[in-house]
Amino acid sequence: MPVGTRFMIESSLKELSRNLAEKKISSVELTRAYLDRIESHNATLNALITVDPDTSLAQARAADERIARGKAQPLTGIPIAHKDLWCVKGWRTTCGSKMLENFVSPYDSHVIERFNDAGAVILGKTNMDEFAMGSSNETSYFGAVKNPWNTERVTGGSSGGSAAAIAAALAPAATGTDTGGSIRQPASLCGVSGLKPTYGQVSRYGMIAFASSLDQGGPMARSAEDLALVLDVMVGFDSRDSTSLERPSEAFTRLLDEPLSGLRIGLPKEYFAEGMSTDVRNAVEAALAEYRKLGATTVDIELPASDLSVAAYYVIAPAEASSNLSRYDGVRYGFRAENYSDLLDMYCKTRSQGFGAEVKRRILIGTYVLSHGYYDAFYLKAQRIRRLIARDFAQAFERCDVIMSPTSPTTAFGFGSKTADPVQMYLSDIYTIAANLAGLPGMSIPCGFDDSDLPVGLQIIGNYFSEAKMLNVAYCYQQHTDWHLRKSPVAAS
Amino acid sequence: MSLSLDEVKRVAALARMEVSEAESQQILDQLSGVFDLIAKMQSVDTEGVEPMAHAQDLVARLRPDVVTEPDQHELYQSVAPAVDADLYLVPKVIE
Repeated sequence: MPVGTRFMIESSLKELSRNLAEKKISSVELTRAYLDRIESHNATLNALITVDPDTSLAQARAADERIARGKAQPLTGIPIAHKDLWCVKGWRTTCGSKMLENFVSPYDSHVIERFNDAGAVILGKTNMDEFAMGSSNETSYFGAVKNPWNTERVTGGSSGGSAAAIAAALAPAATGTDTGGSIRQPASLCGVSGLKPTYGQVSRYGMIAFASSLDQGGPMARSAEDLALVLDVMVGFDSRDSTSLERPSEAFTRLLDEPLSGLRIGLPKEYFAEGMSTDVRNAVEAALAEYRKLGATTVDIELPASDLSVAAYYVIAPAEASSNLSRYDGVRYGFRAENYSDLLDMYCKTRSQGFGAEVKRRILIGTYVLSHGYYDAFYLKAQRIRRLIARDFAQAFERCDVIMSPTSPTTAFGFGSKTADPVQMYLSDIYTIAANLAGLPGMSIPCGFDDSDLPVGLQIIGNYFSEAKMLNVAYCYQQHTDWHLRKSPVAAS
Repeated sequence: MSLSLDEVKRVAALARMEVSEAESQQILDQLSGVFDLIAKMQSVDTEGVEPMAHAQDLVARLRPDVVTEPDQHELYQSVAPAVDADLYLVPKVIE
Protein backbone atom coordinates (compact mmCIF):
# COMPACT_ATOMS: atom_id res chain seq x y z
CA MET A 1 0.00 0.00 0.00
CA PRO A 2 1.46 3.41 -0.88
CA VAL A 3 2.18 5.63 2.06
CA GLY A 4 0.24 8.87 1.74
CA THR A 5 0.32 12.27 3.34
CA ARG A 6 -2.46 11.36 5.78
CA PHE A 7 -0.37 8.50 7.09
CA MET A 8 2.62 10.78 7.56
CA ILE A 9 0.72 13.41 9.50
CA GLU A 10 -1.23 10.99 11.68
CA SER A 11 1.27 8.28 12.59
CA SER A 12 3.13 7.88 15.84
CA LEU A 13 6.85 8.61 15.96
CA LYS A 14 7.53 4.89 16.26
CA GLU A 15 5.56 4.17 13.08
CA LEU A 16 7.25 7.03 11.25
CA SER A 17 10.64 5.80 12.39
CA ARG A 18 9.87 2.28 11.19
CA ASN A 19 8.68 3.53 7.81
CA LEU A 20 11.78 5.69 7.43
CA ALA A 21 13.99 2.70 8.26
CA GLU A 22 12.11 0.53 5.75
CA LYS A 23 12.44 3.33 3.14
CA LYS A 24 8.67 3.45 2.65
CA ILE A 25 8.90 7.18 3.26
CA SER A 26 11.83 9.56 3.19
CA SER A 27 12.57 12.32 5.67
CA VAL A 28 12.32 14.79 2.79
CA GLU A 29 8.76 13.61 2.02
CA LEU A 30 7.83 13.65 5.68
CA THR A 31 9.31 17.10 6.31
CA ARG A 32 7.69 18.48 3.16
CA ALA A 33 4.30 17.08 4.23
CA TYR A 34 4.51 19.00 7.49
CA LEU A 35 5.91 22.15 5.84
CA ASP A 36 2.95 22.05 3.43
CA ARG A 37 0.54 21.87 6.33
CA ILE A 38 2.28 24.78 8.04
CA GLU A 39 2.01 26.71 4.77
CA SER A 40 -1.75 25.98 4.62
CA HIS A 41 -2.73 26.53 8.25
CA ASN A 42 -0.22 28.75 9.99
CA ALA A 43 -1.73 31.99 8.69
CA THR A 44 -4.89 31.05 10.61
CA LEU A 45 -3.32 29.59 13.75
CA ASN A 46 -0.10 31.64 14.14
CA ALA A 47 1.52 28.63 15.81
CA LEU A 48 4.98 29.16 14.30
CA ILE A 49 7.00 32.36 14.28
CA THR A 50 9.76 31.18 11.93
CA VAL A 51 10.02 28.47 9.31
CA ASP A 52 13.00 27.95 7.04
CA PRO A 53 12.05 25.23 4.54
CA ASP A 54 15.43 25.19 2.78
CA THR A 55 17.33 24.52 6.00
CA SER A 56 14.77 21.96 7.19
CA LEU A 57 14.84 20.10 3.87
CA ALA A 58 18.65 20.12 3.82
CA GLN A 59 18.59 18.48 7.26
CA ALA A 60 16.02 15.99 5.95
CA ARG A 61 18.28 15.07 3.02
CA ALA A 62 21.18 14.55 5.43
CA ALA A 63 18.91 12.35 7.56
CA ASP A 64 17.93 10.27 4.53
CA GLU A 65 21.61 9.73 3.75
CA ARG A 66 22.26 8.72 7.34
CA ILE A 67 19.38 6.24 7.22
CA ALA A 68 20.79 4.85 3.95
CA ARG A 69 24.13 4.32 5.69
CA GLY A 70 22.38 2.34 8.42
CA LYS A 71 23.30 4.84 11.12
CA ALA A 72 19.80 5.89 12.09
CA GLN A 73 18.59 6.52 15.63
CA PRO A 74 14.89 6.52 16.58
CA LEU A 75 14.37 10.23 15.75
CA THR A 76 16.59 10.37 12.66
CA GLY A 77 14.61 12.09 9.93
CA ILE A 78 11.70 13.08 12.20
CA PRO A 79 10.77 16.77 11.95
CA ILE A 80 10.33 18.47 15.32
CA ALA A 81 9.22 22.04 16.07
CA HIS A 82 10.96 23.99 18.81
CA LYS A 83 9.62 26.61 21.14
CA ASP A 84 11.22 29.87 20.11
CA LEU A 85 13.36 30.18 23.22
CA TRP A 86 15.78 27.41 22.32
CA CYS A 87 18.79 29.00 20.67
CA VAL A 88 19.37 27.40 17.27
CA LYS A 89 22.49 28.47 15.43
CA GLY A 90 21.63 30.51 12.35
CA TRP A 91 17.91 30.63 13.22
CA ARG A 92 16.03 33.66 14.43
CA THR A 93 15.28 33.07 18.13
CA THR A 94 12.78 35.65 19.39
CA CYS A 95 11.43 34.38 22.73
CA GLY A 96 8.16 35.93 21.57
CA SER A 97 9.57 39.42 22.18
CA LYS A 98 10.28 42.58 20.24
CA MET A 99 13.50 42.64 22.28
CA LEU A 100 14.80 39.65 20.28
CA GLU A 101 12.75 40.15 17.10
CA ASN A 102 15.85 40.08 14.92
CA PHE A 103 18.16 37.99 17.10
CA VAL A 104 19.80 35.23 15.08
CA SER A 105 21.46 32.88 17.52
CA PRO A 106 25.21 32.43 17.07
CA TYR A 107 25.13 29.07 18.86
CA ASP A 108 23.04 25.97 19.55
CA SER A 109 21.44 25.15 22.88
CA HIS A 110 22.41 21.80 24.40
CA VAL A 111 18.99 20.37 23.58
CA ILE A 112 19.32 21.38 19.91
CA GLU A 113 22.80 19.83 19.80
CA ARG A 114 21.23 16.60 21.03
CA PHE A 115 18.43 16.70 18.44
CA ASN A 116 21.02 17.40 15.73
CA ASP A 117 23.15 14.48 16.92
CA ALA A 118 20.07 12.27 16.82
CA GLY A 119 19.46 13.30 13.20
CA ALA A 120 16.10 14.99 13.87
CA VAL A 121 14.96 17.76 11.53
CA ILE A 122 14.22 21.27 12.83
CA LEU A 123 10.77 22.03 11.47
CA GLY A 124 10.45 25.59 12.75
CA LYS A 125 10.22 27.80 15.81
CA THR A 126 6.94 27.95 17.67
CA ASN A 127 5.10 30.95 19.04
CA MET A 128 5.04 31.55 22.79
CA ASP A 129 4.15 34.08 25.45
CA GLU A 130 6.81 36.78 25.60
CA PHE A 131 9.78 35.41 27.59
CA ALA A 132 7.46 32.51 28.55
CA MET A 133 5.45 34.82 30.81
CA GLY A 134 1.80 34.05 30.27
CA SER A 135 -0.86 31.37 30.34
CA SER A 136 -2.72 32.13 27.12
CA ASN A 137 -0.07 32.97 24.52
CA GLU A 138 -1.63 36.43 24.30
CA THR A 139 1.52 38.20 25.50
CA SER A 140 3.51 37.20 22.39
CA TYR A 141 4.83 40.17 20.42
CA PHE A 142 3.95 38.12 17.33
CA GLY A 143 0.29 37.80 18.28
CA ALA A 144 -1.74 35.14 20.04
CA VAL A 145 -1.95 31.55 18.81
CA LYS A 146 -5.40 30.22 18.00
CA ASN A 147 -6.61 26.94 19.46
CA PRO A 148 -7.06 24.31 16.70
CA TRP A 149 -10.15 22.98 18.52
CA ASN A 150 -11.86 26.35 18.36
CA THR A 151 -10.07 29.31 16.83
CA GLU A 152 -12.02 31.72 19.06
CA ARG A 153 -10.19 30.27 22.08
CA VAL A 154 -6.67 30.59 23.46
CA THR A 155 -4.15 27.76 23.39
CA GLY A 156 -2.91 28.35 26.91
CA GLY A 157 0.71 29.18 27.42
CA SER A 158 3.43 29.79 27.42
CA SER A 159 4.22 26.89 25.04
CA GLY A 160 1.00 27.61 23.11
CA GLY A 161 2.57 27.48 19.66
CA SER A 162 4.03 24.02 20.28
CA ALA A 163 0.72 22.71 21.66
CA ALA A 164 -1.26 24.14 18.75
CA ALA A 165 1.23 22.85 16.17
CA ILE A 166 0.74 19.30 17.46
CA ALA A 167 -3.04 19.62 17.86
CA ALA A 168 -3.31 20.90 14.28
CA ALA A 169 -0.93 18.24 12.91
CA LEU A 170 1.57 20.88 11.81
CA ALA A 171 4.27 18.92 13.67
CA PRO A 172 4.42 15.36 15.00
CA ALA A 173 6.17 16.53 18.17
CA ALA A 174 7.63 19.70 19.65
CA THR A 175 9.65 21.02 22.53
CA GLY A 176 8.35 23.27 25.26
CA THR A 177 9.50 24.68 28.56
CA ASP A 178 7.67 24.80 31.85
CA THR A 179 8.32 27.32 34.64
CA GLY A 180 4.89 27.22 36.30
CA GLY A 181 2.87 25.03 33.94
CA SER A 182 3.92 26.25 30.50
CA ILE A 183 4.09 22.74 28.99
CA ARG A 184 1.21 21.14 30.89
CA GLN A 185 -1.43 23.88 30.74
CA PRO A 186 -1.29 24.45 26.94
CA ALA A 187 -1.08 20.67 26.44
CA SER A 188 -4.30 20.41 28.44
CA LEU A 189 -6.07 23.23 26.59
CA CYS A 190 -5.04 21.88 23.16
CA GLY A 191 -5.63 18.17 23.84
CA VAL A 192 -2.04 16.98 23.50
CA SER A 193 0.42 15.25 25.82
CA GLY A 194 3.27 17.10 27.50
CA LEU A 195 5.88 16.35 30.15
CA LYS A 196 7.95 18.60 32.38
CA PRO A 197 10.86 16.49 33.66
CA THR A 198 12.45 16.62 37.11
CA TYR A 199 14.35 19.88 37.46
CA GLY A 200 17.91 19.35 36.24
CA GLN A 201 17.20 16.53 33.76
CA VAL A 202 17.25 18.75 30.65
CA SER A 203 20.08 21.25 30.26
CA ARG A 204 19.13 24.93 30.28
CA TYR A 205 22.21 25.90 28.25
CA GLY A 206 20.95 27.98 25.34
CA MET A 207 17.40 28.02 26.66
CA ILE A 208 16.52 31.68 27.15
CA ALA A 209 16.07 32.15 30.89
CA PHE A 210 12.92 33.24 32.70
CA ALA A 211 13.19 31.92 36.30
CA SER A 212 16.29 29.78 36.51
CA SER A 213 15.42 27.71 39.58
CA LEU A 214 12.08 26.70 38.02
CA ASP A 215 12.63 26.58 34.22
CA GLN A 216 12.72 23.12 32.70
CA GLY A 217 12.47 21.99 29.10
CA GLY A 218 10.45 18.99 28.03
CA PRO A 219 8.65 17.26 25.17
CA MET A 220 5.13 17.76 23.79
CA ALA A 221 3.55 15.21 21.46
CA ARG A 222 0.44 13.21 20.64
CA SER A 223 1.01 10.33 23.03
CA ALA A 224 3.01 9.15 26.02
CA GLU A 225 4.97 6.81 23.75
CA ASP A 226 6.01 9.74 21.53
CA LEU A 227 6.94 11.78 24.60
CA ALA A 228 9.22 8.99 25.82
CA LEU A 229 11.08 8.88 22.49
CA VAL A 230 11.62 12.65 22.45
CA LEU A 231 12.56 12.73 26.13
CA ASP A 232 15.24 10.10 25.45
CA VAL A 233 16.95 12.68 23.25
CA MET A 234 16.42 15.73 25.47
CA VAL A 235 17.71 14.37 28.78
CA GLY A 236 21.44 14.31 29.37
CA PHE A 237 24.20 15.84 31.47
CA ASP A 238 25.71 19.11 30.30
CA SER A 239 28.62 20.72 32.12
CA ARG A 240 27.60 24.15 30.79
CA ASP A 241 24.49 24.19 32.99
CA SER A 242 25.54 24.26 36.65
CA THR A 243 22.22 22.66 37.66
CA SER A 244 22.38 19.84 35.10
CA LEU A 245 22.29 16.49 36.88
CA GLU A 246 24.89 13.81 36.29
CA ARG A 247 22.95 10.56 36.26
CA PRO A 248 23.25 7.21 34.51
CA SER A 249 21.36 7.37 31.22
CA GLU A 250 18.01 5.63 31.07
CA ALA A 251 15.57 4.67 28.32
CA PHE A 252 12.29 6.39 29.08
CA THR A 253 10.38 3.83 27.02
CA ARG A 254 11.53 0.93 29.17
CA LEU A 255 8.52 0.75 31.49
CA LEU A 256 5.73 1.66 29.04
CA ASP A 257 4.12 -1.78 29.01
CA GLU A 258 4.20 -2.52 32.74
CA PRO A 259 0.78 -3.40 34.18
CA LEU A 260 -0.75 -0.81 36.49
CA SER A 261 -2.10 -3.26 39.06
CA GLY A 262 -1.16 -2.07 42.52
CA LEU A 263 -0.49 1.51 41.39
CA ARG A 264 -1.38 3.94 44.17
CA ILE A 265 -2.78 7.23 42.89
CA GLY A 266 -2.78 10.12 45.36
CA LEU A 267 -5.64 12.60 45.09
CA PRO A 268 -4.85 15.90 46.81
CA LYS A 269 -8.03 17.08 48.48
CA GLU A 270 -6.94 20.70 48.01
CA TYR A 271 -6.92 20.24 44.21
CA PHE A 272 -10.45 18.87 44.08
CA ALA A 273 -11.89 21.48 46.41
CA GLU A 274 -13.15 24.47 44.49
CA GLY A 275 -12.83 26.62 41.41
CA MET A 276 -12.79 23.76 38.92
CA SER A 277 -15.43 23.63 36.22
CA THR A 278 -17.95 20.78 36.34
CA ASP A 279 -16.90 19.42 32.94
CA VAL A 280 -13.27 19.30 34.03
CA ARG A 281 -14.21 17.53 37.24
CA ASN A 282 -16.35 14.97 35.41
CA ALA A 283 -13.64 14.18 32.88
CA VAL A 284 -11.01 13.75 35.59
CA GLU A 285 -13.34 11.56 37.69
CA ALA A 286 -13.96 9.39 34.63
CA ALA A 287 -10.21 9.05 34.07
CA LEU A 288 -9.75 7.97 37.68
CA ALA A 289 -12.49 5.38 37.24
CA GLU A 290 -10.61 4.07 34.19
CA TYR A 291 -7.43 3.81 36.26
CA ARG A 292 -9.28 1.83 38.93
CA LYS A 293 -10.42 -0.55 36.20
CA LEU A 294 -6.77 -0.95 35.21
CA GLY A 295 -5.95 -2.10 38.73
CA ALA A 296 -4.92 1.15 40.39
CA THR A 297 -6.17 2.29 43.76
CA THR A 298 -6.75 5.88 44.80
CA VAL A 299 -5.76 7.35 48.15
CA ASP A 300 -6.67 10.75 49.55
CA ILE A 301 -3.65 12.85 50.31
CA GLU A 302 -3.09 16.35 51.65
CA LEU A 303 -0.91 19.11 50.26
CA PRO A 304 -1.77 21.80 52.81
CA ALA A 305 0.80 24.35 51.63
CA SER A 306 -0.32 24.10 48.01
CA ASP A 307 -2.80 26.88 48.69
CA LEU A 308 0.22 29.19 48.91
CA SER A 309 1.99 27.98 45.79
CA VAL A 310 0.67 30.71 43.49
CA ALA A 311 1.61 33.40 46.01
CA ALA A 312 5.14 32.03 46.53
CA TYR A 313 5.58 31.54 42.79
CA TYR A 314 4.67 35.15 42.01
CA VAL A 315 7.50 36.25 44.29
CA ILE A 316 10.17 33.76 43.26
CA ALA A 317 9.58 33.71 39.50
CA PRO A 318 9.44 37.51 39.03
CA ALA A 319 12.45 37.94 41.35
CA GLU A 320 14.53 35.59 39.23
CA ALA A 321 13.12 37.10 36.04
CA SER A 322 14.03 40.65 37.08
CA SER A 323 17.61 39.48 37.52
CA ASN A 324 17.74 37.35 34.35
CA LEU A 325 16.18 40.00 32.12
CA SER A 326 18.59 42.71 33.26
CA ARG A 327 20.82 41.45 30.43
CA TYR A 328 18.53 43.10 27.84
CA ASP A 329 20.15 46.50 27.88
CA GLY A 330 20.63 47.20 24.17
CA VAL A 331 24.39 46.72 24.34
CA ARG A 332 25.38 43.18 23.36
CA TYR A 333 22.41 41.77 21.45
CA GLY A 334 18.79 42.40 20.68
CA PHE A 335 16.83 45.58 20.32
CA ARG A 336 18.24 49.05 20.99
CA ALA A 337 16.01 52.15 21.06
CA GLU A 338 16.68 54.65 18.30
CA ASN A 339 16.82 57.97 20.11
CA TYR A 340 18.36 58.52 23.53
CA SER A 341 20.31 61.21 25.34
CA ASP A 342 22.82 59.19 27.37
CA LEU A 343 23.61 55.65 28.56
CA LEU A 344 20.95 55.54 31.27
CA ASP A 345 18.37 56.91 28.87
CA MET A 346 19.38 54.26 26.32
CA TYR A 347 18.85 51.47 28.86
CA CYS A 348 15.47 52.86 29.93
CA LYS A 349 14.14 53.50 26.43
CA THR A 350 15.44 50.17 25.11
CA ARG A 351 13.77 48.22 27.90
CA SER A 352 10.55 50.25 27.86
CA GLN A 353 10.14 49.86 24.11
CA GLY A 354 11.50 46.31 23.85
CA PHE A 355 9.42 44.58 26.55
CA GLY A 356 5.66 44.07 26.52
CA ALA A 357 3.29 44.89 29.38
CA GLU A 358 3.31 41.50 31.16
CA VAL A 359 7.11 41.23 31.09
CA LYS A 360 7.40 44.76 32.49
CA ARG A 361 4.91 43.89 35.22
CA ARG A 362 6.90 40.87 36.29
CA ILE A 363 10.20 42.75 36.21
CA LEU A 364 8.65 45.41 38.43
CA ILE A 365 7.27 42.83 40.88
CA GLY A 366 10.66 41.11 40.98
CA THR A 367 12.60 44.34 41.41
CA TYR A 368 10.27 45.38 44.22
CA VAL A 369 10.46 42.14 46.20
CA LEU A 370 14.25 42.10 45.95
CA SER A 371 14.68 45.78 46.79
CA HIS A 372 16.20 47.05 50.01
CA GLY A 373 14.10 46.34 53.06
CA TYR A 374 11.70 43.90 51.42
CA TYR A 375 13.90 40.86 50.79
CA ASP A 376 13.05 39.01 54.02
CA ALA A 377 9.34 39.73 53.89
CA PHE A 378 8.95 38.53 50.33
CA TYR A 379 11.77 36.50 48.81
CA LEU A 380 12.93 34.68 51.93
CA LYS A 381 9.34 34.08 53.03
CA ALA A 382 8.52 32.61 49.62
CA GLN A 383 11.56 30.34 49.80
CA ARG A 384 10.42 29.05 53.21
CA ILE A 385 6.98 28.31 51.78
CA ARG A 386 8.67 26.59 48.88
CA ARG A 387 10.28 24.24 51.41
CA LEU A 388 6.87 23.51 52.98
CA ILE A 389 5.43 22.70 49.55
CA ALA A 390 8.30 20.30 48.78
CA ARG A 391 7.83 18.64 52.21
CA ASP A 392 4.12 18.13 51.55
CA PHE A 393 4.97 16.24 48.38
CA ALA A 394 7.65 14.15 50.12
CA GLN A 395 5.09 13.08 52.71
CA ALA A 396 2.45 12.40 50.08
CA PHE A 397 4.80 10.16 48.08
CA GLU A 398 5.18 7.91 51.13
CA ARG A 399 1.57 6.93 50.53
CA CYS A 400 1.25 6.97 46.74
CA ASP A 401 3.23 6.41 43.52
CA VAL A 402 1.80 9.25 41.45
CA ILE A 403 -0.49 12.19 42.15
CA MET A 404 -3.36 13.05 39.83
CA SER A 405 -5.48 16.16 39.41
CA PRO A 406 -6.88 18.31 36.64
CA THR A 407 -4.10 20.16 34.80
CA SER A 408 -6.04 23.42 34.72
CA PRO A 409 -9.32 24.41 36.40
CA THR A 410 -10.99 25.23 33.07
CA THR A 411 -10.81 24.36 29.40
CA ALA A 412 -9.58 26.87 26.78
CA PHE A 413 -10.98 30.34 27.47
CA GLY A 414 -11.79 33.18 25.09
CA PHE A 415 -9.30 35.78 23.86
CA GLY A 416 -9.13 38.79 26.15
CA SER A 417 -11.19 37.18 28.89
CA LYS A 418 -8.36 37.20 31.42
CA THR A 419 -5.96 39.82 30.09
CA ALA A 420 -7.36 42.74 32.09
CA ASP A 421 -6.72 41.09 35.45
CA PRO A 422 -3.30 39.44 35.84
CA VAL A 423 -4.43 37.55 38.95
CA GLN A 424 -7.19 35.72 37.05
CA MET A 425 -4.63 34.70 34.43
CA TYR A 426 -2.19 33.53 37.10
CA LEU A 427 -4.83 31.27 38.66
CA SER A 428 -5.00 29.28 35.42
CA ASP A 429 -1.82 27.58 36.67
CA ILE A 430 -3.08 26.89 40.17
CA TYR A 431 -2.60 23.09 39.90
CA THR A 432 0.69 23.11 38.00
CA ILE A 433 2.89 25.59 39.88
CA ALA A 434 3.61 23.47 42.97
CA ALA A 435 5.50 20.83 40.93
CA ASN A 436 7.87 23.53 39.64
CA LEU A 437 8.50 24.90 43.11
CA ALA A 438 9.31 21.38 44.38
CA GLY A 439 11.25 20.50 41.19
CA LEU A 440 9.08 17.43 40.58
CA PRO A 441 8.19 15.99 37.17
CA GLY A 442 4.66 16.63 35.94
CA MET A 443 2.70 15.82 32.83
CA SER A 444 -0.64 16.40 31.18
CA ILE A 445 -2.56 13.97 28.99
CA PRO A 446 -5.95 14.39 27.31
CA CYS A 447 -8.78 12.81 29.31
CA GLY A 448 -12.01 14.08 27.77
CA PHE A 449 -13.92 17.08 26.49
CA ASP A 450 -16.24 19.71 27.89
CA ASP A 451 -19.70 20.38 26.48
CA SER A 452 -18.22 22.73 23.86
CA ASP A 453 -15.87 20.01 22.54
CA LEU A 454 -12.81 21.56 24.14
CA PRO A 455 -10.20 19.16 25.55
CA VAL A 456 -9.64 18.51 29.26
CA GLY A 457 -6.22 17.49 30.59
CA LEU A 458 -5.31 15.11 33.40
CA GLN A 459 -2.22 16.09 35.37
CA ILE A 460 0.13 13.37 36.63
CA ILE A 461 2.81 14.41 39.12
CA GLY A 462 5.51 11.91 39.97
CA ASN A 463 8.33 11.68 42.48
CA TYR A 464 11.81 12.88 41.48
CA PHE A 465 13.22 10.96 38.51
CA SER A 466 10.09 8.86 38.04
CA GLU A 467 9.49 10.01 34.44
CA ALA A 468 9.64 6.44 33.06
CA LYS A 469 6.97 5.35 35.56
CA MET A 470 4.78 8.37 34.77
CA LEU A 471 5.04 7.61 31.06
CA ASN A 472 3.99 4.03 31.83
CA VAL A 473 0.97 5.35 33.77
CA ALA A 474 0.02 7.62 30.85
CA TYR A 475 0.73 5.00 28.18
CA CYS A 476 -1.50 2.33 29.74
CA TYR A 477 -4.36 4.81 29.96
CA GLN A 478 -3.84 5.72 26.31
CA GLN A 479 -3.92 2.03 25.35
CA HIS A 480 -7.44 1.84 26.79
CA THR A 481 -8.83 5.23 25.78
CA ASP A 482 -8.76 7.26 22.58
CA TRP A 483 -8.90 10.86 23.84
CA HIS A 484 -5.34 11.44 22.64
CA LEU A 485 -6.26 10.21 19.15
CA ARG A 486 -9.20 12.60 18.68
CA LYS A 487 -8.50 15.10 15.93
CA SER A 488 -9.09 18.82 16.13
CA PRO A 489 -11.04 20.28 13.19
CA VAL A 490 -7.80 21.72 11.79
CA ALA A 491 -5.94 18.40 12.11
CA ALA A 492 -8.78 16.63 10.29
CA SER A 493 -8.74 19.12 7.41
CA MET B 1 -0.95 45.59 51.09
CA SER B 2 -1.01 48.68 48.96
CA LEU B 3 1.68 50.19 46.81
CA SER B 4 1.96 53.89 46.12
CA LEU B 5 2.47 55.63 42.81
CA ASP B 6 5.87 56.85 44.01
CA GLU B 7 6.93 53.27 44.75
CA VAL B 8 5.98 52.18 41.24
CA LYS B 9 8.12 54.99 39.82
CA ARG B 10 11.02 54.19 42.16
CA VAL B 11 10.95 50.50 41.24
CA ALA B 12 10.69 51.32 37.51
CA ALA B 13 13.80 53.49 37.86
CA LEU B 14 15.62 50.64 39.64
CA ALA B 15 14.60 48.27 36.83
CA ARG B 16 15.78 50.79 34.23
CA MET B 17 12.38 51.18 32.66
CA GLU B 18 10.60 54.33 31.66
CA VAL B 19 6.92 54.48 32.62
CA SER B 20 4.62 57.36 31.81
CA GLU B 21 2.27 58.87 34.38
CA ALA B 22 -0.71 57.06 32.80
CA GLU B 23 1.16 53.75 32.67
CA SER B 24 2.20 54.09 36.31
CA GLN B 25 -1.42 54.36 37.42
CA GLN B 26 -2.42 51.28 35.41
CA ILE B 27 0.58 49.31 36.68
CA LEU B 28 -0.25 50.38 40.23
CA ASP B 29 -3.81 49.05 39.90
CA GLN B 30 -2.67 45.73 38.46
CA LEU B 31 0.23 45.22 40.85
CA SER B 32 -1.97 45.94 43.84
CA GLY B 33 -4.05 42.90 42.91
CA VAL B 34 -0.92 40.78 42.53
CA PHE B 35 0.41 41.93 45.90
CA ASP B 36 -2.91 41.08 47.53
CA LEU B 37 -2.42 37.56 46.17
CA ILE B 38 1.18 37.47 47.41
CA ALA B 39 0.09 38.72 50.85
CA LYS B 40 -1.52 35.31 51.40
CA MET B 41 1.99 34.10 52.26
CA GLN B 42 1.78 35.96 55.57
CA SER B 43 -1.02 33.65 56.73
CA VAL B 44 1.38 30.80 57.47
CA ASP B 45 4.01 30.63 60.18
CA THR B 46 7.35 29.73 58.64
CA GLU B 47 9.48 30.30 61.74
CA GLY B 48 12.44 27.92 61.68
CA VAL B 49 11.75 26.62 58.15
CA GLU B 50 14.91 26.58 56.08
CA PRO B 51 14.54 28.63 52.88
CA MET B 52 14.62 26.49 49.72
CA ALA B 53 16.56 28.22 46.96
CA HIS B 54 16.63 25.28 44.63
CA ALA B 55 14.92 22.02 43.79
CA GLN B 56 18.09 19.96 44.09
CA ASP B 57 20.72 20.24 46.77
CA LEU B 58 23.65 20.74 44.47
CA VAL B 59 27.19 21.74 45.20
CA ALA B 60 29.04 23.77 42.62
CA ARG B 61 31.01 21.51 40.30
CA LEU B 62 34.72 22.12 39.99
CA ARG B 63 36.59 21.71 36.73
CA PRO B 64 40.26 21.71 35.81
CA ASP B 65 41.63 25.22 35.33
CA VAL B 66 42.16 24.94 31.60
CA VAL B 67 40.89 26.95 28.66
CA THR B 68 37.82 25.31 27.15
CA GLU B 69 36.29 28.11 25.08
CA PRO B 70 37.89 29.40 21.90
CA ASP B 71 37.81 33.14 21.17
CA GLN B 72 34.65 33.74 19.14
CA HIS B 73 34.17 37.46 19.76
CA GLU B 74 33.54 38.22 16.10
CA LEU B 75 30.72 35.71 15.98
CA TYR B 76 29.18 36.93 19.21
CA GLN B 77 29.58 40.59 18.34
CA SER B 78 27.92 40.03 14.99
CA VAL B 79 24.54 40.25 16.76
CA ALA B 80 25.34 43.43 18.72
CA PRO B 81 23.52 46.70 17.94
CA ALA B 82 26.80 48.68 17.61
CA VAL B 83 30.42 47.50 17.53
CA ASP B 84 33.63 49.27 16.60
CA ALA B 85 37.18 47.88 16.69
CA ASP B 86 35.98 44.76 18.56
CA LEU B 87 34.34 46.92 21.22
CA TYR B 88 30.65 47.32 22.08
CA LEU B 89 29.63 50.91 21.48
CA VAL B 90 27.52 52.77 24.04
CA PRO B 91 26.79 56.49 24.52
CA LYS B 92 29.63 58.42 26.08
CA VAL B 93 29.72 58.01 29.88
CA ILE B 94 32.89 59.98 30.73
CA GLU B 95 33.25 63.63 29.73
